[in-house]
Amino acid sequence: MSFDAKRAVRLALIVAATASMAACASKPKPGPGPGPSAGPGPAGPRAPGPQAPVDTRPIPGSVQDFVINVGDFVYFDLDRYDVRSDAMPVLDAQAAWLRQYPNVRVRIEGNCDERGTREYNLALGARRANAVRDYLASRGVASSRITTLSWGKERPIDPGSNEDAWARNRNGHTVIVEGAR
Amino acid sequence: MTLRPVLAALCAIFLAGAALPGVARADIEIDVNQGEVRPLPIAIPAFSGAGRGAEMASVIAGNLERSGLFAPIDAAAFPERNLDIGIQPDYAGWNSINAQALVNGAITVEADGKLRVDFRLWDVFSGEQLLGLQFTSTSENWRRVAHKISDAVYERLTGEKGYFDTRVVFVAESGPRGARVKRLMIMDQDGANPSSLTDGSYVVMTPRFSSTSQEITYMALRPTGSSIYLFNIETARQETLGRFPGMVFAPRFSPDGGRVAFSVERGGNSDIWVMNLATRAQAKLTSDPGIDTSPSFSPDGTRIAFNSDRGGSPQIYVMGADGGGARRVSYGQGRYMTPVWSPNGDFIAFTKQTGSQFHIGVMRPDGSDERILTSSYLDEGPTWAPNGRVLMFFRETPGGSPRLWTVDITGRILRPAPYQGSGSDPAWSPLLN
Repeated sequence: MSFDAKRAVRLALIVAATASMAACASKPKPGPGPGPSAGPGPAGPRAPGPQAPVDTRPIPGSVQDFVINVGDFVYFDLDRYDVRSDAMPVLDAQAAWLRQYPNVRVRIEGNCDERGTREYNLALGARRANAVRDYLASRGVASSRITTLSWGKERPIDPGSNEDAWARNRNGHTVIVEGAR
Repeated sequence: MTLRPVLAALCAIFLAGAALPGVARADIEIDVNQGEVRPLPIAIPAFSGAGRGAEMASVIAGNLERSGLFAPIDAAAFPERNLDIGIQPDYAGWNSINAQALVNGAITVEADGKLRVDFRLWDVFSGEQLLGLQFTSTSENWRRVAHKISDAVYERLTGEKGYFDTRVVFVAESGPRGARVKRLMIMDQDGANPSSLTDGSYVVMTPRFSSTSQEITYMALRPTGSSIYLFNIETARQETLGRFPGMVFAPRFSPDGGRVAFSVERGGNSDIWVMNLATRAQAKLTSDPGIDTSPSFSPDGTRIAFNSDRGGSPQIYVMGADGGGARRVSYGQGRYMTPVWSPNGDFIAFTKQTGSQFHIGVMRPDGSDERILTSSYLDEGPTWAPNGRVLMFFRETPGGSPRLWTVDITGRILRPAPYQGSGSDPAWSPLLN
């Protein structure tokens, strides 16, 4: 492959990753259960005519790699902030990934469903964010790489007003803020 | 029906509203629980003289009507127009349309361009003048004159202070639920003159008025962290109240305006702190592992009501303003949040959650005499009108946008606030000067 061709493939990958992130940002649909639920990212733009298949898997160490292959959300029970057993494998995988990419810094965002007051939920979201932070730290991720923030009930990922939506909206969201490829 | 009994009845509403349930009130004829109190028919013809006379009358009628205690009469029925404030009204004519009170006025433009507004309040039945007052103001301030007249009429006929010459700061909401744009806004209590105080580039929440100055305190939330601010409404000058290691939220002024109480989160645990605004010295008031938030000073500044889940679920506690002697006061079924001490000190308003419903309610500061005023999918965040008789809060329907509502402390007079847009987190100002 020539230098230019390599560049073209890489550009296509970036476009694919960007498109996938945009899709993720606009319509997040993680289930309340364990593990990542997003599928592989969409294919990038194709040149006309037959060509060799392009590898559209996320670049290891990228935000997309983390979101798709590790999972960036864990979920909490009603009024609780202890890490659920089904969240532990996800957080274990997050910790392993973060140990593999030591330049990455993350922000843990705690979120709540709409069935509480704004201020109480800000406090509850902070508890959830800290529970995730503590878990990652216990699995060898330096606390200095992690900040926490609570959105309370301000940033529901599911706009619905029903049990399923509330379950999704009670979450800890690990957001990469720096250092990804 | 004569005016006298109706006036007595209006006063009775307030007495009954303030009375403890279960306490004998033998001489009160009106049972507020029946919701059968008839609003007082009142006529407010267009003020005579230079301009804005019809608008002023309409602002006054709107205020009194929204209070739920008055029924302004349709102008089409009026027996006379362009009343001269210097002569007695046609009592027989006003009586014939069942007006029990009459407000008329005259507007004069003075040599310096200022407005002089003279008004009269008449008891139609007895043929007696109850009030005769004069206000002078710049012409742009004509609405405020109308609010002051409304306050004077309300006070004269109910025996309670008015609350119409006030403003409300709140959070205007727009955009989808997952990415709500939230702007601080201020408006007159009747919804007029809405104006943005922040640009929506960051999330704002829970503004609160100082009771001594044209200042508010509020919380801002950005991906980079939270902050609490002081914001001067007159000068638009804003300052942050320092940097904090974790989340900082729920700021409230002390009654003298000299301190701000707020929540600070460290390592996941939220406690209540207080800051002296002059020295910026901070003190931690709570230090238990439960969530402690939503502080509210008593009007005498000696106590703080707050929300804590130290006992296992969110409940209302009261402690000394120095943090000592915290005691739980809410003992009903459900979760109690956002306590807000009334301006008179006689009640604490709160948000209550029971099963699938949210409520606005009031209780005595010791937790007795709980009274639930509203019920819906989500009612939250009460704020008191300065006379302590009306609460504003926000109500959200499933999947919908929040709207501002008002309810009186009897719970009988519940209605949307006169602001058409989506709003939350209202904070009612003290009476303007």
